[in-house]
Amino acid sequence: MGSMIIGLDVGGTHTDAALISHGQVANHAKVRTDYKDLYSSVMGALDQVLDGVDVADLARIVFSTTLATNSVVQGKEDPAALIISAGPGLDPTNFLPTRDYYVVKGGIDHRGREIQPINPEEIRSIAREIHENYLTCLGVAGKFSTRNPTHELDIKKALGDGFQYIATGHTVSGNLNFPRRMITTYLNAAIYRTHKMFFDAVDRSLASRKITAPIYILKADGGTMGLHQSLDYSAQTILSGPAASVMGVLGLAHTEEEAVVLDIGGTTTDIAVLADGVPLLEPLGITLGPYKTLIRALFSKSVGIGGDSCVRINMGKVTIGPDRAGPAMAFGGPQPTPTDARVVMGLVKIGDHDRAVAGITGLAEILKVRVEYAAELIVNTTCRNIVNEVNAVIKQINSQPVYTIHEFLEGKVIRPRKIIIIGGPAPHLAPRLRELFRTATTVPEHYDVANAVGAGIARTTTEITLNVDTEREVLYCPEEQRRENVSSNFTKKDAIRVAFELLTKRARRMGALEEKIDMELVEDMEFNIVRNFYTTGKNIRIKAQVKPGITSKFFA
Amino acid sequence: MKSNKKMGLVFFPAFDWAISPTHPEREERLLYTQDQVSEEGLLDIDGIIELRPSMADFSDIDRVHICVPQAQKVTTVSHLLSAGGAIAAADAVMTKKVDCAFALVRPPGHHAMRVVCGARGFCNVNMEAIMVEHIRHKYGRKRVAIVDTDCHHGDGTQDIYWHDPETLFISLHQDGRTLYPGTGFIPELGGTNAMGTTINIPLPPHTSEEGFIYVTENIILPILKDFQPDLIINSAGQDNHYADPITDMNFSAQGYAHLTSLLQPDIAVLEGGYSIEDALPYVNVGIILAMAGLSYEHVKEPDYDPVRIRQSNKTTDYIKEISEKILCLYGEAKCRRGLFIRERNSVTRERRIYYDTDDITEIQKEEITVCDKCAGTIVIDSRSDKGTICAVIIPRDACDSCTTEGRERFARLDRQKYDYVYLQDRVEDNYIREGRK
Repeated sequence: MGSMIIGLDVGGTHTDAALISHGQVANHAKVRTDYKDLYSSVMGALDQVLDGVDVADLARIVFSTTLATNSVVQGKEDPAALIISAGPGLDPTNFLPTRDYYVVKGGIDHRGREIQPINPEEIRSIAREIHENYLTCLGVAGKFSTRNPTHELDIKKALGDGFQYIATGHTVSGNLNFPRRMITTYLNAAIYRTHKMFFDAVDRSLASRKITAPIYILKADGGTMGLHQSLDYSAQTILSGPAASVMGVLGLAHTEEEAVVLDIGGTTTDIAVLADGVPLLEPLGITLGPYKTLIRALFSKSVGIGGDSCVRINMGKVTIGPDRAGPAMAFGGPQPTPTDARVVMGLVKIGDHDRAVAGITGLAEILKVRVEYAAELIVNTTCRNIVNEVNAVIKQINSQPVYTIHEFLEGKVIRPRKIIIIGGPAPHLAPRLRELFRTATTVPEHYDVANAVGAGIARTTTEITLNVDTEREVLYCPEEQRRENVSSNFTKKDAIRVAFELLTKRARRMGALEEKIDMELVEDMEFNIVRNFYTTGKNIRIKAQVKPGITSKFFA
Repeated sequence: MKSNKKMGLVFFPAFDWAISPTHPEREERLLYTQDQVSEEGLLDIDGIIELRPSMADFSDIDRVHICVPQAQKVTTVSHLLSAGGAIAAADAVMTKKVDCAFALVRPPGHHAMRVVCGARGFCNVNMEAIMVEHIRHKYGRKRVAIVDTDCHHGDGTQDIYWHDPETLFISLHQDGRTLYPGTGFIPELGGTNAMGTTINIPLPPHTSEEGFIYVTENIILPILKDFQPDLIINSAGQDNHYADPITDMNFSAQGYAHLTSLLQPDIAVLEGGYSIEDALPYVNVGIILAMAGLSYEHVKEPDYDPVRIRQSNKTTDYIKEISEKILCLYGEAKCRRGLFIRERNSVTRERRIYYDTDDITEIQKEEITVCDKCAGTIVIDSRSDKGTICAVIIPRDACDSCTTEGRERFARLDRQKYDYVYLQDRVEDNYIREGRK
């Protein structure tokens, strides 16, 4: 097998590709992203970095795309039906993402016990109705299905074989949160066809270029999964862009400290946080437009400050963004931007200098200052706004709730020691940001294609949840759809062993190729189940994951 | 989805604290509640926010309790966090960050009295009292009503506010003749200077939704209206539930949610409730929705059957009868107070207090100065295995004469007679403890 890696990230403005060979960025490409034809943008960038490469030397190609994100943000996902079995509790229709929903009989409680059975006849009649509405993809989500998937599986069975794709709730995540499970299940169903058609096309093009290296897709949590496996988890590709950047930073600016990662792009700045060199995750999942999901993701806050943000004067003060009206005036845009300010200051020699000066002069006249001074003011305000946003993010993270005395006393507080900056404007804003943060700032090599590098070097990751109830003598792993009987003296140690076995198998199936998979326990809790003051069993809860990170080969 | 009231939720289940592994007050008490709250997605509702608990410090405890031998010896970190959780809820309400808040914290506190020699009824320190006195210390004078809906009489809270005319304490609970702690009878109406600001509603076993809602509408709400509190606190115990293993009542999640929506508490603090799988998950979801002003009509236990748990006609009649009696006594209490004040300069009560959780017996003598201007200075003499102590308590907003009297009596105390002497000077927010010289 080859030793070269290609990472490719489709961003809002540019599509970046990087060719990595023996731990070095051997080639990279940047093309404008054409929303109407993402396929051409992707293949265009890919062909540029493939130039002169023997395809037999390729070890893998990893894609991070905005395909799923765009279709959801623009409300262009395919129509999909959703079947819900909720049992007692909040009215599920409060949270519905689609009008094609059916609330059916059936209920499961918090320990996975059946409250009310499902009615297969009801499901079969709904199946007929969905067919009549010409819907081919649908989701099935039940409350507490992560504790017992039987109802979801029985509903899926009763729906029959006539549908193109049926997504089930218990496989999207082991975490509890029924409204998010409904929405994530719906998204997996609604994005399925777009995702499949796009990657079938990419797959065919790669085959026609005689590329046989495995293809991976980047997830929002900074891990990858095999192309084939991704079909069942298409929603997990949503918002992989910020994850690509953070993974790139892990490879390009190795750090073991608490650090902030800033990806300053054209439209936005994405803020992520590393604790002891490990990226922080969103507690539950991504929020995208109206949707709160269970899609596991690196914590990232996107703020409307970028090189192309509109600069205005409001009550004698400079404001930046949050909107973008187009490219900088230096590139023919309609409104002055921080990029124009950088051009005026002579920090960069790009685009049309005169147009940039004209744009900034307009603002300088309102402020009644010299044009050079206005440009500096714009750059300073941009930096100060970024600093304020970062401080707000850190404050928010440090005020998150804790659930045990131990956690409270440990009281880990994030105090960043380093700011790592990537993205086009990085080197020009870094000195000012360093002054404002009074903290070391780093701009790593290849800062302008760190995202593509990150996609390329990210590990294949996955996670599992294991619930053991020794009173009821069952073990259940929702992600693996595994439910088996255990003896009443099954221990937490046994559970951890089983969890790592299942995790290893799952990671291999998802495409992990490393000899030794780097795994860790995320949660291991054990509680007594007591009846009438006697312990009758144990409730054991394990979460284990492949450690997110970069492939060791990158440093080889 | 958006809530009608902005609500704060402090969730501190203390997954690493238990009295003992099979004790009702153990690690997983809130585990299934947390599961239910998470699975229902309550924290994703716009307007319901999760608040981080803070840690109470020992001065918060000394402001309320006389701890023997000292606060550090009768509490653990979990107690400071549980009290801190209640304080975090209060601060969020007082600073108008939220309209109301619920502190889902443990361990509980409503059996902890003013003097603390150990744990009684699973409680060491009183979370509501620590919170209320924090509020008064930080945000100024407030009229506060505490409504205790735990199945056990809130004897600790009653003891702490027995003499306080600015704090209305109402407890509804299973009749003390049939359940721990065996107090909370109708004639218990408050001390000399605060008669009528303690109300007890002892309900017969098997009281169901009808009975609870009846006393809420006919006793609690009218008395609250009369008292005009600035803040309503709910000691939200959940052991009146029909599934509770250590009580005999027939209340439900629907009932608790309904009661909460009638009461409209500014702050609720969790107390007892030990049906951790079958009741708490549903009761807590119901209370949260009711506080947030959202519909709770579908929140039901899997085995909920209102007909099966319905109280008998005899029970209904009995509850109506005691309700009349309570309202009558409440009306008379104000006159009685006047009679008391004319007759004496000070009133003494002597009690034996048993700390069931820690097996400690305390003999306590409490003397209160009769005063028509303030809550009155209190001198407490207490003997137990933990030591012989004397404490002088000068209440908040004490009048000059009570303040002077309290300070003088503390100065005059015979230090040789006691292991420790205490001065709880609420006027100066000054708390002194001296060991034997």
